[in-house]
Amino acid sequence: MKKAIKGSWVEIENVVLPADSRAPQVPKDTKKTPLKMWTRGVLINDEAEIGETVRVNTLSGRIAEGKLVDIKPRYAHDFGYPVIELIETGLALKEDIGGK
Amino acid sequence: MKDFSYQGVMGRKNDIMKDAVGIDYDIFEKGKIAFDYEEMMNNVAYSMDEMQRIQRETKVGDTPLFELHNINKLIKKYSPQGKGARIFIKDEAANASGSFKARRAAISVYHAKKLGYKGVIAATSGNYGAAVASQAAMRGLKCIIVQEVYDSSKKGQPEIIEKARKCEAFGAEVIQLTVGPELFYTFLKLLEETGFFNASLYTPFGIAGVETLGYEIAKQMQKREGRYPDAVIATHAGGGNLTGTARGLIKAGAKDCRIIGASVDLKGLHMASDKDFNRKSFTTGHTGFGIPFATQPDRADVPRNAARVLRYMDEYLTVTQGEVFYVTEMLAQLEGLERGPAGNVSLAAAISLAKEMDEDKIIVVQETEYTGAGKHPMPQLTFARNNGIHIYRGDPEENVPGKTIVLPTSFDQINAKRLDLEKLKAKYVKNIIGDMKLSDLDEVDIQYIADEIKESVDRVKELLSK
Repeated sequence: MKKAIKGSWVEIENVVLPADSRAPQVPKDTKKTPLKMWTRGVLINDEAEIGETVRVNTLSGRIAEGKLVDIKPRYAHDFGYPVIELIETGLALKEDIGGK
Repeated sequence: MKDFSYQGVMGRKNDIMKDAVGIDYDIFEKGKIAFDYEEMMNNVAYSMDEMQRIQRETKVGDTPLFELHNINKLIKKYSPQGKGARIFIKDEAANASGSFKARRAAISVYHAKKLGYKGVIAATSGNYGAAVASQAAMRGLKCIIVQEVYDSSKKGQPEIIEKARKCEAFGAEVIQLTVGPELFYTFLKLLEETGFFNASLYTPFGIAGVETLGYEIAKQMQKREGRYPDAVIATHAGGGNLTGTARGLIKAGAKDCRIIGASVDLKGLHMASDKDFNRKSFTTGHTGFGIPFATQPDRADVPRNAARVLRYMDEYLTVTQGEVFYVTEMLAQLEGLERGPAGNVSLAAAISLAKEMDEDKIIVVQETEYTGAGKHPMPQLTFARNNGIHIYRGDPEENVPGKTIVLPTSFDQINAKRLDLEKLKAKYVKNIIGDMKLSDLDEVDIQYIADEIKESVDRVKELLSK
């Protein structure tokens, strides 16, 4: 089991509103789901495992409490796959302007 | 012990807001429904000189204005004889934080610091978060950005996740939520807990900050071409971009310049739906915000929204997601400018419009935005494909928001659609009067509605008696 130690950069999760307490104007499909929140910060607890309730110091200097869900959360977004439709678009435009 | 339940916090909304923006909106209220918009803008915001000085201090403004020579060549090629206006683009990606939003954030954050707030909070999934974070970093204020990011399976759009990364890069705390309007509840709780300034997009500071953009366009064009542009196109979502730009143009003297709004057409997708949330590739700049904010501006996170587009908009065009990706690729491949897709909504609309306008006319596309991982056509189309969206090259007329993204096969397939402004104005009037009748309103209210929708008092009376 992965463990975080005091001073680790971690992500915590909270349920802000359970599914049965969503606002009246929320569409049906959203109403079936809880409103969840994720916050990141520096772990205050000496050590903790995923799933435990912990406290963190956030970047704005707040102390937030929640369920530990990730240690060193990765920025997983990227540039994706080459998209053939974009490549073809570029080729067609270059041809159109006459500079092949 | 304070009541932190949903109802409890929402019940304290007005008091929390008053403490967090430092503006007493009540003093501007008039008649039954009216308020003095110009008085609010004049009393609360800063002068053009002051704003320019504030923005220079924090690396905002004075961005380049480029003519798009190669795109203009294609416009000529695909326009009827005598048609084909020239397009210029204002490279707002050059601002600190990479978008025009730095102009809004610069004034808000300066004001927060002046009033002695220790930090700023903004609710935004867009470029504004990075802008506030960047400005707060320079002014030495703490910063929290609250984002709507994920669906219920914690799947998030690459563009929003990139913005979270950027905010953290500037040292801001980022709070990420699943879909839903109750984001506002979390936002209010944070304002109450921290006592920070609400750097809302919709305060007079947030809107006046964009006036320098319109002002710069007018001055730069005057210097370069000896005249003001004939049309300026602004991407429209919450309304601040268009409102601020229009006000700046007017302040510079470019009173005859047509102000055109552009949004991506996302008809049929519900903005707060868990399922629809990831079926759109544009997180902002679309009709899901554009139409409601035009017809009901005060749905914002402050009592009176300073962004009021129907006061300024002469035309409202929509384009498809596929057309925007197409022109984004065009901007990179023909003009050597790699910029984020969301900023190019107005470029797509401008190309369509240029083909109808006379060849001696000038159109300015008033923004670009930074690009990067997640904020680029490739990751956004990869994400769309993974979500079951059908992507192909073809006729954009076939586009169905949430089901397909159709990239044009040819330049002449870029054709923006005109939204009926008259209908939007009628909808605005319906929204604002509710159950009231013409006889319930004071003169000041009728004049207010006339100003709000840029129509005569007689026309308003006609609309009201329907």
